[in-house]
Amino acid sequence: MNLRDDQIERYSRQIILPNVGGKGQEKLLKAKVLIIGAGGLGSPCALYLASAGIGRIGIVDSDAVELNNLQRQILHATKDVGRPKVESAKERLCAINTDIEIIPYKLRLTSENILDIIKEYNIIVDGSDNFPTRYLVNDACVFSKKPLSHGGIFRFDGQAITIIPGVSACYRCLFPEPPPPGLVPSCQEAGILGAVAGVIGTIQANEVLKYILGVGNLLAGKLLVFNALDSSFRQVKVPRDSKCPICSENPTITKLIDYEEFCQLRRKESNEA
Amino acid sequence: MSIKVRIPTPLQKLTKDKADVLAEARDIRELIENLEKNFPGIKSRLCDEKGGLRRFINIYVNEEDIRFLNLDKTLLKDGDEVSIIPAIAGGAK
Repeated sequence: MNLRDDQIERYSRQIILPNVGGKGQEKLLKAKVLIIGAGGLGSPCALYLASAGIGRIGIVDSDAVELNNLQRQILHATKDVGRPKVESAKERLCAINTDIEIIPYKLRLTSENILDIIKEYNIIVDGSDNFPTRYLVNDACVFSKKPLSHGGIFRFDGQAITIIPGVSACYRCLFPEPPPPGLVPSCQEAGILGAVAGVIGTIQANEVLKYILGVGNLLAGKLLVFNALDSSFRQVKVPRDSKCPICSENPTITKLIDYEEFCQLRRKESNEA
Repeated sequence: MSIKVRIPTPLQKLTKDKADVLAEARDIRELIENLEKNFPGIKSRLCDEKGGLRRFINIYVNEEDIRFLNLDKTLLKDGDEVSIIPAIAGGAK
């Protein structure tokens, strides 16, 4: 693969980095990244990955853009209200970078479809908004041995961890089970500052870029905890759990679980991802 | 012995919006009892009916998860910092 002149110009500020170079740029252009959720986390993540020249970006979201999304979901514009998020995401990302391919998936991930979708990609970014999807994505990535960048936000708190199945702790090593419905307030009740989503979504993009380039240290085996009110970043250790229900030697979970049916909180809200 | 405890956003309603509180304790079990005394209701958010730690909330002494130390018998010493970190799911909506 030889970089064209316009590609050398477009990516010049990262090609000159000693850890990137032309070779690194070629890795990015060949990479395939799946982003789950075109919302608060997926927006900044997708914008940076598209700008950096990730060759193929898949985006999964079943929702349409709402006016109250625009405060933090910076992929979408006022004119997009009512359109499917994957459509406006594709339009915005293609406008930034004509060099890359954007694959929209307007659907909700389930145990039936997830394995087929993720198998096409090198690394998965979870920017979803609910526990059923988060556990489904973790479990599917463990089964498929796909690296996963996990990010979560709640009011002024953010978390991020990178999961390399078989090597570093998975999400169930960290939190073995999702909370029962009703115990954790929904996003709509909780509220979120857009910039907090920006911080965590950007960290996820950075993890993906480091993974593809093979540089630096990933947040593998480490949970990054961000608090926006005191601008603090802390890391705690996340060892692999020898009793992990899914990634240990004797797993108790051997097939994908659709948690939706248990989750009354979600049912009460609109039935969308 | 005074231990600084970091309270996550979802539990700050119980600590009158305080993100950091001080607790007197020699181990995690005492710490939870001490927190419960000062902030009634917090124990049931951390522990299930049988007294075990809930599976979607972790407690860290400095950077270490107590599940990989000595669970609620994990000893505390002056200057230790305890963090309570719950699973959070927000992202897209």
